[in-house]
Amino acid sequence: MSSLAFDIAHLLAGSLVLVSFLELYQDRLYSLLNVYAVHALVLAASVAWQAFIQDAPHLYVTAIIALVFKAIVIPVTLHRLIVRLGIHREIETVVGVGPAMLAGMGLVALSMVVMLRVTQGADPLAREDLAFALSVVLLGLLVMVTRRNAVSQVVGFMSLENGLVLAATGAKGMPLVVEISVAFSILIAFIVIGIFLFRIRERFDTIDIQALDRFRGERQ
Amino acid sequence: MTLAALAADAQLGVLVIPAIAAALLAALPNYRATARLNVLATTLTLICALSLLIAKPEPGSYVFVDDLNKTFIVLTAFVGWTTSIFSASYISHELDIGRLTPPSVRFYHAMYQVLMFAMNLALIANNIGVMWVAIEIATLTTVMMVGIYRTHEALEAAWKYFILGSVGIALALFGTILVYMAARPIVGEGLNAMVWSVLVTRAGAFDPALLDVAFVFLLLGYGTKVGLAPLHAWLPDAHAEGPTPISAVLSGLLLNVALYALLRFKILLAANSAALAPGPLMVALGLISLVFAAFMLYRRRDIKRLFAYSSIEHMGIITFAFGMGGALANFAGLLHMTMHSLTKSAIFFAVGHIAQVKGTQRISDMGGLTATHPVLGWGLILGVVAIAGLPPLGIFMSEFLVVSSTFARAPLLALILVFGILVAFGALLLRLDNIAFGEPRGEAGKAQASYAPMFTHLALVFAAGIYMPPALVAWFQNVAGLLG
Repeated sequence: MSSLAFDIAHLLAGSLVLVSFLELYQDRLYSLLNVYAVHALVLAASVAWQAFIQDAPHLYVTAIIALVFKAIVIPVTLHRLIVRLGIHREIETVVGVGPAMLAGMGLVALSMVVMLRVTQGADPLAREDLAFALSVVLLGLLVMVTRRNAVSQVVGFMSLENGLVLAATGAKGMPLVVEISVAFSILIAFIVIGIFLFRIRERFDTIDIQALDRFRGERQ
Repeated sequence: MTLAALAADAQLGVLVIPAIAAALLAALPNYRATARLNVLATTLTLICALSLLIAKPEPGSYVFVDDLNKTFIVLTAFVGWTTSIFSASYISHELDIGRLTPPSVRFYHAMYQVLMFAMNLALIANNIGVMWVAIEIATLTTVMMVGIYRTHEALEAAWKYFILGSVGIALALFGTILVYMAARPIVGEGLNAMVWSVLVTRAGAFDPALLDVAFVFLLLGYGTKVGLAPLHAWLPDAHAEGPTPISAVLSGLLLNVALYALLRFKILLAANSAALAPGPLMVALGLISLVFAAFMLYRRRDIKRLFAYSSIEHMGIITFAFGMGGALANFAGLLHMTMHSLTKSAIFFAVGHIAQVKGTQRISDMGGLTATHPVLGWGLILGVVAIAGLPPLGIFMSEFLVVSSTFARAPLLALILVFGILVAFGALLLRLDNIAFGEPRGEAGKAQASYAPMFTHLALVFAAGIYMPPALVAWFQNVAGLLG
């Protein structure tokens, strides 16, 4: 593989991690959604590049799904949704930017250490892709646990899923990648429809203890 | 066409029948007829599943059957069949009182068959990618069924299940990709590197470090679906807020399917001598789940939540047994899994009707069931006595085997195990006393119940506790040998 092809793949995967960091400190839903759209865009570029250098045309399908569905359809739908739910002005009380970024860096370091150590036998591109992918997955989880709004949790889940697609496309010649990315898109569509139909705004760590008790069926 | 060849085609039957039935049930508006069609479809699936017992089909690159998944498929088909019978009477009552509308019943029946399809696909799949997709479909369908009552609580339970289930599923996919990465240099690129029967024969040459990390992700991912503590948070809510037939299928079957996926990867790791031993991780998670759930049983006030925690407890015991490994512990684990599926779904059959006649799921509003509804009350007592592990029922047998095989090898672990089982035992009997005996409390509606599924299960559990046919013992021993 030419070193240019490697460098570009590396650059795109690295940018995905960087955009994940951007998601961490967005305190407005709109800007979070915009950052997510960029995330999906970078993913689409990365997958398309992988399709090109691996000479695997079916991966272009995954890239197009990422471009059309994740970078355009989902962000636009969620934009409308948060207007309908009336939460577009809300500012989220995210865990402070400092701690969140530090935790994020810790997670990236962790995934680098783990993945680079265990994949010494694999080819260098797949190794680094996998390490970046695990970073994106863990940062997605971090977004999910630091948010209390259902919409931003979904954004966290979607960027987690982008990390998985990155891993799957980086594993050269993996079968079923397209099928899996379609399955994930369906899953996400269901989540969005779920929020839309049932108007779920909040996560369940409500401070209203009575609501919690009723939810658990524990009130006497 | 010989009988065996015919039976070989049955492996597709367990997939095709539920798929066709799902399409039909989604298309038919008449809800009385669809309940019968649902039963018919599960009956046919059961026949196909049973015929697999005599077949020896060649493994393909997408589906295959061996003695391990035959056991799971037959159990799934059987409990799916009895639950569909219970579901018919349960749903007709829910329609009568207006908790469900005809369109949602139509949706429910279609989803029931999709769930059966997805579980059978996960069990029969020879491809770890297909297995993952099937478990994702199963998760999605159960999410939708948990939320079917559209109450605030039901939607929140469905949402929580959805988010936690999705995260679990995502971690499992990452593990699956890592397994592929480990297999690629040895097996070569493409489909074969995801075919389980190929993987297991070549696993000895895989990169052990990659397999270790993969297993950790798979354990966390599928472990979420098994309901192992501390990843269990979705389970009690999903059980409590959904329709009771779904609670029965969740506890009796879906948890097993996720565990099955875990067992497949455990076998893969065991085939590589340099990889980490998966057993201790499973033993640790199993024991944590058991002890945690046993204590949580004491403070439950919702009857379905109570038995949901009891499911966590028993999945803990089963995971523990498989984690210990070896012929005897695996045998005990398989037996316990079978007994738990039968008993827990029988309990949910009883609980479903009890909640209907009482009009509530709160334990404090129930009481004196043996006086007001003797059949339901005694059915529940029998079920709880079985699940608590009293002799001479089947669960006593299997728990005894788990404990005694552990005592021989790791006495300290056995002490924790016995402690957990005893704590749970106390909690269950305490609650049972409140529900079944004493002054009748709460409403006492008339029961329109179908008792046959419940008593069939209980009779089987009872029979297994007294006498296990040698053929069955030999079968389980054989499967236990496969598990290594």
